[in-house]
Amino acid sequence: MHNDYTITHLKQLESEAIYILRETAAQFEKPVLLFSGGKDSIVMAHLARKAFWPAKLPFQLLHVDTGHNFPETMEFRDKYVEELGAELVVGSVQKAIDEGKVVEEKGARASRNGLQTVALLEALEEGQYDAALGGGRRDEEKARAKERFFSHRDAFGQWDPKNQRPELWNIFNGRKQHGEHFRVFPLSNWTEMDIWQYIKAEEIELPHLYFSHERDCFVRDGVIMGVTDFIELLPDEKVEKMVVRFRTIGDATCTGACLSSANNLDDIIDEVAAARQTERGTRADDKRSETAMEDRKKQGYF
Amino acid sequence: MSEDNNSGYLDMDLLRFTTAGSVDDGKSTLIGRLLYDSKAIFEDQMEAMEVSSKARGDENVNLALLTDGLRAEREQGITIDVAYRYFATPKRKFIIADTPGHIQYTRNMVTGASTANLAIVLIDARKGVIEQTCRHSFIANLLRIQHVVVCVNKMDLVDWDEGVFNKIVEDFKSFASRLDNIVDVTFIPASALIGDNIVEKSENMPWYQGPTLLYHLETVYIGADENHVEARFPVQWVIRPHSDKYHDFRGFAGRVAGGVFKPGDAVTVLPSGFTSTIKSIESMDGPQEKVFAPMSATITLEDEIDMSRGDMLVKANNRPDPTQDIDAMICWFASDKQLAGSGKYILRHTTKEVKAIVTEVCYKMNINTLHKIEDDLTLSLNDIGRVKIRTSAPLIADSYKSNRITGSFVLIDQLTNATVAAGMII
Ligand SMILES: Nc1nc2c(ncn2[C@@H]2O[C@H](COP(=O)(O)OP(=O)(O)O)[C@@H](O)[C@H]2O)c(=O)[nH]1
Ligand SMILES: [Mg+2]
Repeated sequence: MHNDYTITHLKQLESEAIYILRETAAQFEKPVLLFSGGKDSIVMAHLARKAFWPAKLPFQLLHVDTGHNFPETMEFRDKYVEELGAELVVGSVQKAIDEGKVVEEKGARASRNGLQTVALLEALEEGQYDAALGGGRRDEEKARAKERFFSHRDAFGQWDPKNQRPELWNIFNGRKQHGEHFRVFPLSNWTEMDIWQYIKAEEIELPHLYFSHERDCFVRDGVIMGVTDFIELLPDEKVEKMVVRFRTIGDATCTGACLSSANNLDDIIDEVAAARQTERGTRADDKRSETAMEDRKKQGYF
Repeated sequence: MSEDNNSGYLDMDLLRFTTAGSVDDGKSTLIGRLLYDSKAIFEDQMEAMEVSSKARGDENVNLALLTDGLRAEREQGITIDVAYRYFATPKRKFIIADTPGHIQYTRNMVTGASTANLAIVLIDARKGVIEQTCRHSFIANLLRIQHVVVCVNKMDLVDWDEGVFNKIVEDFKSFASRLDNIVDVTFIPASALIGDNIVEKSENMPWYQGPTLLYHLETVYIGADENHVEARFPVQWVIRPHSDKYHDFRGFAGRVAGGVFKPGDAVTVLPSGFTSTIKSIESMDGPQEKVFAPMSATITLEDEIDMSRGDMLVKANNRPDPTQDIDAMICWFASDKQLAGSGKYILRHTTKEVKAIVTEVCYKMNINTLHKIEDDLTLSLNDIGRVKIRTSAPLIADSYKSNRITGSFVLIDQLTNATVAAGMII
């Protein structure tokens, strides 16, 4: 007998993520979904639509804007949010800088990625959110491999890897003291490959940056970077036209591109299957030290 | 060309497994090998590993560094927390819960085992079946992992000797006969370091005719592990759109914990006892004909009846009895507090939260010898014991043996909100 009762790995992951999204809505007073316009957050928003359909999302979307975005991402973000009928709140790193809450790094290698943490914590406090849904995946990086679905943060937003709540079966403990909050990661068990396969299976629309295109680029520390208004070139760096696509799209100052001619989902899936570099391997911020991610997470980064 | 590469994935299913072994049995090396040979290790990770292996003075690239991610773990060279790892072959996607094997990490093993379909128990061929082997198998059995692979590792260090392997098989079988939740045990002689019988068949052990570890993981049948008979649907959330188009829509959202639900089924809401009929099973992709575990679903009923989070939808002809008294095996998770009789806690079971008192600790297990301890009834971190619990409101529960979701719960400390115990209802 062909087993009637098995479902594909994508359906299992979808079902699990929907379960987590519903638990989050039920266990917290004011959750928020972090939405950057990147593929993981688009998949999250798609899953959230499915989880609460035909009702609207029972939470707002929050974008922590470094101000250093590729313009394509912002256009996509606004269009997507409008179609979704959701409410988008924008937390701004520029504002944190202007208000003197953080000091911007100087020089050609300056990145606002570190400042994002401050802006994020500010935005969470201002909006009085008690849970923030993020698109983090455990396969992205080794410190994330030990992250929980419901990740408890103290009143300072910090993560203590040695003091995490055990998670068993389908049971998630979101109880907290006043002032504490949670990060919730419904995509914990997904890999980059699962994300792409799901995008294809569900016909989810993505910003064009993910597909091959020609762009002015330069190479820094072995990473291909797109030329934008926010990055100063070093004296020996040359601008060249390259055919590239992005595997992640975050802050434009620290997100690398890869040479690629993949301009449709099938080609991207083939490319991911054959890839010999992790997605984060193209991110300059993780290269700073071996435990860079763990250290950033302890401070309150995603 | 892309067709060939991609066409398989829609048929892929998912296997979750856990690995247990004592320190230095080769667990991290084994996982590293599976990831490496299935190409789930990337160049940049490999480069980072080479750099740190050199810095530590290791001769070969230390595949264990791939799984030991936290700073403290890398410094001490041990695995502390549960780490989740992922890899896929064209047949299956795998989720590995990599847990430390030391007795002081029993709670991590229990956590990793709670969602696993299969456990790999590692044995060092030179040491044979030891206390730790019993403990790891006991935990797999307690958490009702139905499939066990006993991987006899480091065969290269015993000259690939069939006799050594056979002795271990006999020793394991003689004690595992008591572990009645384990329905299928497979024995594989291997060398994780060299790669024999992990992904590639061993040329050093022509006497072994069985599958390689990866082949077994890809093909073991787990379709019968879920309970598809007793229908259970814990309600998580009620969907009320309040829109013109869906004015009267009231959908009960949840994840099926057991059995099969179809439109037209006669159902009962527990604990209230109201009955109705399933009108439809809704989704953004259109109505569904049936849903079963572990699918998330939205169910609508023919009648307007009162039902909300914490209630459970069951079939009218198969209803568990709501109860306020449960007997359970629990594993204690708190490092700073012990459980003694009459402790008060919050108990979370499916989507319901109630108050609970542990009225009695019946016995504690010596999990190395599987003997009962009756003269010391205090449960401390990592202890496993049998208790009686009284709850403030009725639970709609099954035995853990018949359903892992409706048969499990956690205890939460009322002051700190920490999860202090995991329980399995008897
Ligand atoms: N000779 C031999 N050594 C092995 C084998 N598997 C692991 N080792 C070595 O045993 C030591 C402990 O391995 P590790 O994977 O860290 O063990 P863990 O503590 O169980 O994670 C390391 O030095 C490995 O290289 C094997 O099959 N044969
Ligand atoms: Mg290890």
